[in-house]
Amino acid sequence: MIRTLEKYSNAFGVSGHEKEIMEVIKAEIKDDVDETSVDFMGNLYARKYCGLKDAPNVMLVAHMDEVGLMVTGADASGMLNFLTVGGLDTRLLVSKRVVLGNEAVKGVVGAKPIHLQSRDEWQSPIPLSSLYIDIGASSKEEALKIVDAGTYGVFDTKFVSQEDVVMGKAFDDRAGCAVVSELLHTEEDESYPVNITAVFSVQEEVGLRGASILAERVSPDYVIAFEGTTAGDVPVKEDVSPSTEMRKGPAITFMDRTTIGFRVLRDHLTKTAGKYGIPFQYKRTVTGGTDIGVIHTKGGIPSIVISVPVRYIHSPKGILAAEDLKNTVKLAKKALMDFKEVL
Amino acid sequence: MKKLIKTVVETFGPSGREDKIKAVIEKEIKQYVDEIHTDSMGNLHAVKKGKGARIMVAAHMDEIGFVVTHVTKEGFLRISPVGGVNPVRCIAQRVMLENGIKGVIGAEPVKNISDLDFSRLFVDIGAADRDEAFKLAGEGLFGAFLNDLMEINGRLVAKSMDDRIGCVAAIEAAKRIKQTDNEIHYVFTVQEEVGLRGAKAAAYEVEPDLGIALDVTIAADTPEAPKLPMKLGAGVAIKIKDNSLLVPKKVKDFFIATAEKNNIKYQPEILTMGGTDGGAINLSRSGVLAGVLSVPTRYVHSVSETISYDDLESTVQLLVKILEADVKKELSL
Repeated sequence: MIRTLEKYSNAFGVSGHEKEIMEVIKAEIKDDVDETSVDFMGNLYARKYCGLKDAPNVMLVAHMDEVGLMVTGADASGMLNFLTVGGLDTRLLVSKRVVLGNEAVKGVVGAKPIHLQSRDEWQSPIPLSSLYIDIGASSKEEALKIVDAGTYGVFDTKFVSQEDVVMGKAFDDRAGCAVVSELLHTEEDESYPVNITAVFSVQEEVGLRGASILAERVSPDYVIAFEGTTAGDVPVKEDVSPSTEMRKGPAITFMDRTTIGFRVLRDHLTKTAGKYGIPFQYKRTVTGGTDIGVIHTKGGIPSIVISVPVRYIHSPKGILAAEDLKNTVKLAKKALMDFKEVL
Repeated sequence: MKKLIKTVVETFGPSGREDKIKAVIEKEIKQYVDEIHTDSMGNLHAVKKGKGARIMVAAHMDEIGFVVTHVTKEGFLRISPVGGVNPVRCIAQRVMLENGIKGVIGAEPVKNISDLDFSRLFVDIGAADRDEAFKLAGEGLFGAFLNDLMEINGRLVAKSMDDRIGCVAAIEAAKRIKQTDNEIHYVFTVQEEVGLRGAKAAAYEVEPDLGIALDVTIAADTPEAPKLPMKLGAGVAIKIKDNSLLVPKKVKDFFIATAEKNNIKYQPEILTMGGTDGGAINLSRSGVLAGVLSVPTRYVHSVSETISYDDLESTVQLLVKILEADVKKELSL
């Protein structure tokens, strides 16, 4: 599974430009499912039928897109102007190496070096409007010949493993994509008692847009979303909620900005964890939204989110624990195998 | 009706935890309707069958509250708001958790009251430390405020008038209606306070010809209140607009004409903030006609929401007349 996450993390896929990551995921899962399809927005569907009469349809959803950048033009000196796509902390951008478009043009987010800054400039983070991407071009014409306005960019981050943790970009939500991919893989002697439609959705980071058409297209009876979510177990002075903590197991959401976790699924997950001795935690902040926010209100579809805790999401590099990834798969798999408990 | 009001406003039910209030409402309304069921979001549908227009009457059962997010070493519960809760109004309030455990909200000292936010509030459940607190409560438990109904000179003061008073109006209308051809779906919705979620799901299922939300609105008749026309005692407020809905003209005109014809006291409601289930119904599927009848309320989203009993009475009267009308003809459906 770590190998899968590595492939997914390294792939390109900013909101609105998910083709590369979609192809990577499709190749990874195709032998484990009955059929795959892609809709006009770019959502990837993978179906796995159980063959049982009156079996419920369970949708597993993880978003493929990642936060990133978009080139908007170039100035006379050949530097590219750009905007952020999705919720990026712009203070993190300075001096990062980025990859632009299908041609994988490399660039560096540049800013005035400290020697040239005024005292006032030292005091505050450099605003997005003063940042630019330097691809080594020397004129506007040259820059735009290499990279058109409208080209997407991502951080040039390579996945690495170290001891029991992995580091890389886009764990929100490639961690979820890796979990769903692993759930689609079943052994010869095991099969789910439910029909599964896995959806790898697009444009979550710009407003849950890919997911907004899923309720109609899939008509699921239940939905489980898989996310890479904030682990706040970093040094803090106060006794406050860490949201989630690394190495404490999958995080079940009781409430966030877009959904109150359905009791029937929340209870099933916590009972399943107890029954099989799988560690779990609650996501203990109510911020952030997920794809199920726009799915569950379409007629009222029981939905819940399970997340892999990730430190430093929406940044060039995140960290997660391999055991959390494995326990997330274990919990979800057992919960799906025992799904009759929900009915 | 006052006994019903007392029961309904004092019952527990923050967004996402509406089971108890749903049971109360179900018991009160079931004798006046033909069938009753709960959908998967938890909305209670009470249906009066008919061959005329299909009308969805929505009143939300949920109230504002909070959810426990963290337990401190000293045994206090840190919380996040469920719905639009003003942190200043939480100070020293009595609360109850979904498991029945009671407590009081404390606040850290702040220099300036405007610095008070939810991260500085906590619930004291009488626990001496974290271990004791975990025996009584834990993360993910929902809670709500406690307060009894009080009457002051014909006005009623309680927590959760928003929107239990709408629930009362719906129950009372179901009871009073004599004859109608319309098919009326009284839907007691969930999760309105966190974004009209229950109504969105319910409207998708019901596919009504007309949606009528019953809710409270701001009574702007207190000292230095915003300049809005609504006041206590001036009758049912017929909504013109809020931030979720511009009421279609023919719906508003029909409501006003019905009030005029039956000599029911009414006032126009023009709200520059907030939204109601009416907005969610309006945007359901390919679009649905929707309007709102509101009960003007002072101190909305506090434990002492205050209404005029007479305004509630005119709300019920107008609702009954609307539901008894030939709505298909009136709205040229």
